[in-house]
Amino acid sequence: MEFTAILFYLFGFCFVASATLMVTSRNTMKAAMLLILSFFSAASIWLLLEAEFLAITLILVYVGAVMVLFLFVIKMLNVDQSTLRAKFTKYLPLGVAVAAIVIGQMVLVLNAGQFGLDAVAEPARHAPDYSNITELANLLYTAYVYPFELAAVLLLIAIIAAITLVHRTGSRSKKQNISEQVNVQAKDRMRIVSIPSGKNGEKK
Amino acid sequence: MIALSDYLILSAIVFCIGLAGIFINRTNIIMLLMCVELILAAVNTNFIAFSYYGNDVAGQIFVFFILTVAAAEVAIGLAILTLMYRNRGSIDVDVTNSLKG
Repeated sequence: MEFTAILFYLFGFCFVASATLMVTSRNTMKAAMLLILSFFSAASIWLLLEAEFLAITLILVYVGAVMVLFLFVIKMLNVDQSTLRAKFTKYLPLGVAVAAIVIGQMVLVLNAGQFGLDAVAEPARHAPDYSNITELANLLYTAYVYPFELAAVLLLIAIIAAITLVHRTGSRSKKQNISEQVNVQAKDRMRIVSIPSGKNGEKK
Repeated sequence: MIALSDYLILSAIVFCIGLAGIFINRTNIIMLLMCVELILAAVNTNFIAFSYYGNDVAGQIFVFFILTVAAAEVAIGLAILTLMYRNRGSIDVDVTNSLKG
């Protein structure tokens, strides 16, 4: 067994094991940590497939941004775990049965006879100075430039939507009222109080 | 030598684990979102495996866009989750039944 095969089975085992532990974990925080581990394993497998840019993007965007957002929400919302735990085992047999059937069907189609090395030969590895990012950029900025711009617009819409959804108007937001500021009169801001001088007015 | 079928079967297994996770953690929306992320990672592995064995970088471009859409989905999903928790005090799916006739 060559070295890349050992790496494939190692990372594949990590991927499957962390995914299994994640879906069966009853603690949401622990599940998020295990999902991070499975993203790292997936990124390692993508590195074996010479998709370096996407592997690094997966770690930077998913582990660095998306999972941190998940952890932030989990810590911010005080979720009552006990009510969620009670319903945990109710659908376990159905879920396992459906997953087993789908795995069986997929393995029947995706077996070594259809997609093995005889059917699809492994391509030769690229030279050490091959740049995955350059090749990806050449395609992304020429043939796929409009989808790329659409993706940027989509992200902008997501930003605006997320802010609009959770933004609270009312007592907690401190907004300027420009017309009120411009039209302010001296009597609105200043109050002249006459304090009598002498013994009664003095503080002790 | 690792065949294409090995990568496909690996991603099929992870896909089905995510699918079972949706059934198992049916009531917890945070877990549902995380299971969807797991399913997307499995599907992306499929795309990259086909891209490598077919010598076509377009598959990686597709994964790039899937990652973009998934990031937007998570941002909006968690915003909706926060709103729901603020309005109902719970993220249990069974509590959200106000549209039920």
